[in-house]
Amino acid sequence: MTPARRPVAGPSREYRFPGVVRTALTNGVSLAVAPMTRLPLVTVLALVDAGAACDPPGAEGIAALTARALTEGTTRRDGATLTLDMERLGSGLDAFCDWDDVLVHLTVTPSRLDHAFALLGEVLTAPAFLPRDVDRLRNERLADLLQQQVEPRSLADDKFSEFLYAPTSRYALPADGNTATVSPLDADAVRRFHDARYAPSALTVIVVGDVTPEAAHALAETSIGAWRHTVMKGPALDDRVRGSGRRVHIVPKADAPQTELRVGHHGVVRGHPDYFPLVVMNALLGGLFSSRINLNLRERNAFTYGARSAFEWRRGAGPFVVSTAVKTDVTGPATREILTEISRMREDAVSADELSLATAYLDGVFPIRYETTQSVAQAIAIARTFGLDEDYFTRYRDRVRSVTPEDVQRVARAHLHPEQVMVVAVGDASVIGPALERLEIGPVSTEEAVT
Amino acid sequence: MQIPIASHHLPNGLMVVLSEDHSAPIVAVNLWYHVGSANERADRTGFAHLFEHMLFQGSAHVEANEHFELIQRAGGTLNGSTWLERTNYFETVPSNQLAIALWLEADRMGALLPAMTQEKLDTQRDVVKNERRWSVDNQPYGTWWERLPALAFPDTHPFHHSLIGSMDHLSAASLDDIADFFRTYYTPDNAVLTIAGDFDAATTLALVMEYFGPIPRGNGRPPLAPMDLPPTFSSWRRETVADDVMVPRLFLGFRAPVFGSAEHYAGSMCAAVLGLRKGSRLYSSLVRDREIASDVGAFTYDLSKGADLLVVDATARPGVGADALEAAVVGEIDRLRSEGVTPSEVERALALIETDLVSTMQSAAGRADKLSMFATYFGDPTLVNGQLERYAAVTADAVSQFARSRLGTDNRASLVFVPKATTPEAA
Repeated sequence: MTPARRPVAGPSREYRFPGVVRTALTNGVSLAVAPMTRLPLVTVLALVDAGAACDPPGAEGIAALTARALTEGTTRRDGATLTLDMERLGSGLDAFCDWDDVLVHLTVTPSRLDHAFALLGEVLTAPAFLPRDVDRLRNERLADLLQQQVEPRSLADDKFSEFLYAPTSRYALPADGNTATVSPLDADAVRRFHDARYAPSALTVIVVGDVTPEAAHALAETSIGAWRHTVMKGPALDDRVRGSGRRVHIVPKADAPQTELRVGHHGVVRGHPDYFPLVVMNALLGGLFSSRINLNLRERNAFTYGARSAFEWRRGAGPFVVSTAVKTDVTGPATREILTEISRMREDAVSADELSLATAYLDGVFPIRYETTQSVAQAIAIARTFGLDEDYFTRYRDRVRSVTPEDVQRVARAHLHPEQVMVVAVGDASVIGPALERLEIGPVSTEEAVT
Repeated sequence: MQIPIASHHLPNGLMVVLSEDHSAPIVAVNLWYHVGSANERADRTGFAHLFEHMLFQGSAHVEANEHFELIQRAGGTLNGSTWLERTNYFETVPSNQLAIALWLEADRMGALLPAMTQEKLDTQRDVVKNERRWSVDNQPYGTWWERLPALAFPDTHPFHHSLIGSMDHLSAASLDDIADFFRTYYTPDNAVLTIAGDFDAATTLALVMEYFGPIPRGNGRPPLAPMDLPPTFSSWRRETVADDVMVPRLFLGFRAPVFGSAEHYAGSMCAAVLGLRKGSRLYSSLVRDREIASDVGAFTYDLSKGADLLVVDATARPGVGADALEAAVVGEIDRLRSEGVTPSEVERALALIETDLVSTMQSAAGRADKLSMFATYFGDPTLVNGQLERYAAVTADAVSQFARSRLGTDNRASLVFVPKATTPEAA
């Protein structure tokens, strides 16, 4: 049998986040290069300050449609040719539209980097936006929305945001837009949005992997440096919420064997000084497997396969939400347990032992998060998006370790709001309606299941 | 790209694979047991996966859920997963925490049963039933991954039945089943332990000997029911499912040569030519040009015993019926069979596969898992270093030959989902 005595850790070895060399191209494009030479790979990530939060009212979804249309052809080669040229270099060219930014990324072996960079430059500076391609991409989004009517997970996420935010807030609608806002979008709208938001001043190019900063700079200058265009500042952020006070929204899905539950309220902006204690507090509440909410709902009560809580970090205040899927007949008790855990986090200070679960985890796991060129590039992008200090990654672990039990309770009291909790439940309304009424959380309304 | 590999066998049969890399203070521990859903009794579907959950419920010196807590406190990540042919357990930790990860794995391999209770089993049974509801029953098309193997493998074949299991079989699982399964399959001679990353080989081997060495060898793994199958289905099999979905979706399966064989690499390349990324044949034709599908893909299961499965997955655009979708997919496959593939298509596929293979080797966990896989299936972890060469050796002619012999009308299984509001015929 294995010895009963548990081994103890040896001395830890030093770790350094890859060094980042920051320069600018002649046209003002920001360049960040982080050499990682262990394997023959290079990731290039173009970050454009043109995310969904910039969508003009009535055209929600245009930022996402523009991002996807970027990689569908340039003035020099049509979409099919561009795709094949890129994939023959061993990479896709994928564009992703987040709330705050658009990310276009590729990963290739070093010998293919110059060719790949040239294609990326074309995509960023000379996209074609042909009507046929834009129409097809718009119709693909409309098809997704149609399918989502029977997909309870994303339906619950979208409904939570819709009921949480004021109709004037961009956050009330999905980042990719809904049927009403996407249907009228076309190539002209995409061109206008691109013209208004894409420019050298809005672009950061991040290069991570087996390449020198000098070589990366030269490639970026050659492929992007001649681009000239200026844009105005984007619209002001509106993250106002719809109302306050506890309330329950039921979205019917007949005969659903499970209820998709979302419980929460408005969260906190990424730039908030409480960020580190909040991350630690959330890890203990519902961020880790061994968190209070997961152990309660999964391991103690077996209501679910898993439950988690998260602050969604954006430039504006994204939602704070507890997400889980529970067996239909325990929807009431599961909701009650979530509310209890949120309140308990505020009432009692955590012990030093419980605190160390989160701080030791976040401290220790830091190097494990950054083993790949892709994950390092994403981290540098996040730092850029939120304007984090240049020494953010070198100080991260110290800042996690310095969080105290008092900090955790203070931020729980400041940023968890049991009196404003909103519950969204997608499931069998005939069963979960009465169960949620009995909890007397607040007014219960039943919605249509159509997006 | 070659990674260093050293293999050792403990006297009790445990295979230990070591791969050092000191570029970051990170080490991955990865343990594969050569048991999966294929090894389940016919009246206990889902048991291998339920058993995986029980391995996190403590062992002689570890409390329930403490495995998770100790690894996370060590600053590590962890999980387990169950597949048709194997079950794996893995931790990635800061390199100074290697000992606790090894100790935890050894404690549950050596002494799981003292910690097992009826209450823990009942709880995990309900957790797994909720996993089934979440991933299968309450998801559009969620039943595909139990329907397709059922359609593609004969009733008595070990790959035929559901991996997540039926609710009835999960209900029937008992503590006696746990004890039997543990004694039969969770033995050192039925496992591969891989350690990859920042460690010292000599001290680590000594630690492995100390922790795992005393665990007794098992009685040998019972043979599986016969796995060998003819190279094709010999007919076009078909199942239509009216489901709570908005648009039709087709899963078109083909019986394929086993993972690891030379013909497998041609098949894997063929799947990439057909459905890997936007430059693939099916994507450019069905999604980009003809706008019949909103998404397509193709992949192989990578099964190493008896026969593999190659799958094409296509989702219809709204307004496109299931018959039109299937006709379009089949049209492209027939064209590929009659015209063959070009060297340029094979080059594209190879370039994408090469980047993917190198990318996977970036993380200690990724390296460890691949090493465990080759060691478990073929007894030779060094095969990982020959992957790219095996793909690179596949010619356009070999892919064309594969398509002609394996993608014909005598080797197709159509699993078609249609919106339940319409009848299958009308869709």
